[in-house]
Amino acid sequence: MVNLVISDLHVDVETESGPKQILKGVNLTINSGEVHAIMGPNGSGKSTMAYAIAGHPKYTITSGSVTLNGIDLTHLKVDERARAGLFLAMQYPVEVPGVSVTNFLRTAKTALDGQAPKVRTWVKEVNAALEGMQLDSSFSARSVNEGFSGGEKKRHEIAQLELLKPKFAILDETDSGLDIDALRVVAEGVNRFTSGGDTGVLLITHYSRILRYIEPDFVHVFVDGRIAAEGGKELADELEAEGYDKYVQAARASV
Amino acid sequence: MSIDTDIRCDKTPNVANAIETLASHLHPAASWVVADHPVPKGREEVWRFSPVKAFKALFSAEGEAGHLNWATELPDGVTLTEITSEQARELAVEAPVDRVAAMAAERAGSAMHLTIPADAELTEPVRISLSGTGQTAFGHLVVSVGNHASATIAIEHSGDARYANKTDITVGDGAQLNVVTLIDWDDAAVHGGQTSLRLGRDARVRTVSASLGGKAVRIVERANFAGPGGELEQFGVYFVDAGQHIEHRLFVDHNAPHTKSNVDYRGALQGQGAHSVWIGDVLIRKIAEGIETYETNKNLVLTDGCQADSVPNLEIETGEIIGAGHSSTTGRFDDLQLFYLRSRGIPEDEARRLVVHGFFNDIIRRIGVPKIQKRLLAQVEDELEIMTAPTTIAGAA
Repeated sequence: MVNLVISDLHVDVETESGPKQILKGVNLTINSGEVHAIMGPNGSGKSTMAYAIAGHPKYTITSGSVTLNGIDLTHLKVDERARAGLFLAMQYPVEVPGVSVTNFLRTAKTALDGQAPKVRTWVKEVNAALEGMQLDSSFSARSVNEGFSGGEKKRHEIAQLELLKPKFAILDETDSGLDIDALRVVAEGVNRFTSGGDTGVLLITHYSRILRYIEPDFVHVFVDGRIAAEGGKELADELEAEGYDKYVQAARASV
Repeated sequence: MSIDTDIRCDKTPNVANAIETLASHLHPAASWVVADHPVPKGREEVWRFSPVKAFKALFSAEGEAGHLNWATELPDGVTLTEITSEQARELAVEAPVDRVAAMAAERAGSAMHLTIPADAELTEPVRISLSGTGQTAFGHLVVSVGNHASATIAIEHSGDARYANKTDITVGDGAQLNVVTLIDWDDAAVHGGQTSLRLGRDARVRTVSASLGGKAVRIVERANFAGPGGELEQFGVYFVDAGQHIEHRLFVDHNAPHTKSNVDYRGALQGQGAHSVWIGDVLIRKIAEGIETYETNKNLVLTDGCQADSVPNLEIETGEIIGAGHSSTTGRFDDLQLFYLRSRGIPEDEARRLVVHGFFNDIIRRIGVPKIQKRLLAQVEDELEIMTAPTTIAGAA
């Protein structure tokens, strides 16, 4: 059994006025075959957690650990974390001018596998993955994310998820800004990724809408840098109906 | 450190009554008379970024005045003839704007005249390879491109020399011209000069300038329009290594309505004392209604000890334009780009290579002369090879 274990995770973000604590002790275990949804109000630290686990330079893990399959990621470099099996679908994918999608994907695949993918099958795989995300094959010649619409960037992230085949994926608000058709396409991609039962997903979202298409095994409510409540799919419905107020107030009261 | 400026004015206030500011320091008086251009001391506005001592041999009316060695490939119909200095002045776009260019015209003794006839559609580039073997040389080249002609001219520089050039390129109405300038001198070479372009009505011109080698290179690139509708694109790449000075001073004079210009120069600097200068002046005259211009300069600073000076200037004398803007960026690697690539498993050094390749490929792919493209891509590889150990700046995300 492969798992991603987040233990007592504390994270600071660098700001102009010095470091600011965002995560205040997060505990979470995701086993392969599971989909966990993290929901919470803006500013609760959801994205910070995603970036910190991936190793973004702006975030510092001050204590606690994140282990993937027993390997402590917190001491690994960004690329080493990816090679350990982690993938982050970003909320704001970065434009890399002059680097073609083809070149980028081949370089990433080569780095992850330790050898170049087979030319004949790889091109087909890339085209199929792009097509699956309703990105036409002209995208492979374009610069990474440059000039892509918001929705195209998100679909490009999921195409990468399918091609790079990580063990664990963190999807950081992949659903925001997507229209309903794009949302379905993205959800189908994620469901294909999890269908083998040997991968895990941490799905960060602001809305329960995507959970109609990707069924979570667990739902966590994230408030003020901590997990405030946990439950099954029904918790998402409750949040949809009642909002986060109850949890936000409780978090305030406990300070 | 990263300094970004981005100024765009899609609709400027109406300044149609403003006085033309041609007397400003940005526009030195042009003259063929050498004495009108005193020897620069280094404090003058147009020389303040330049190592004037390095150009000493090119300021002097005395001493050796040779020529570079010429090798040419001229497609059918293209002619290259020697003309007198007087004829060259008649055919030139404009007079020299600094002493080096004035010396180039004066001391060249005569000029070379390249003509591309009207309506010619060249499938092969015109190639002019200039090389030096340590001489002090002066040269004046006049290019006349006929109406509705279509051509690519590649001018390459190699070897060792102290060289001053004056180049005038007149482009006929409706013509399409690519000009590729490759400056690939040996380490000790010094090169200064002026290239002036005039675009005919509805002409389309693309220039690509690649500056790689030489101890001190200072090129003034100027352009104006002979009628409305002209479109000018100017691209540049430069690699500046330890102890090198590479300077590009651009000036686009929007002196006709409905003209367009787009300038994009990119450089990489590495090594102690590497110094790049990019000046991008654009003047939008009162008459130039309906024009559109954008200029940008990006510098990638790969190591400590480098200096990149980047100064865009816009002078706007009419608000009746489609758009005018500029931007300038000088900095280390974009940490977010590196993070994105690395988050896909790509090791840091490989990610840097991709970013540098991407930075330059954007320009190199526009050259259209495969041999030079290949040469430049190889140069990018060389630069990456000598790129020293990465330094990251904390918190620069």
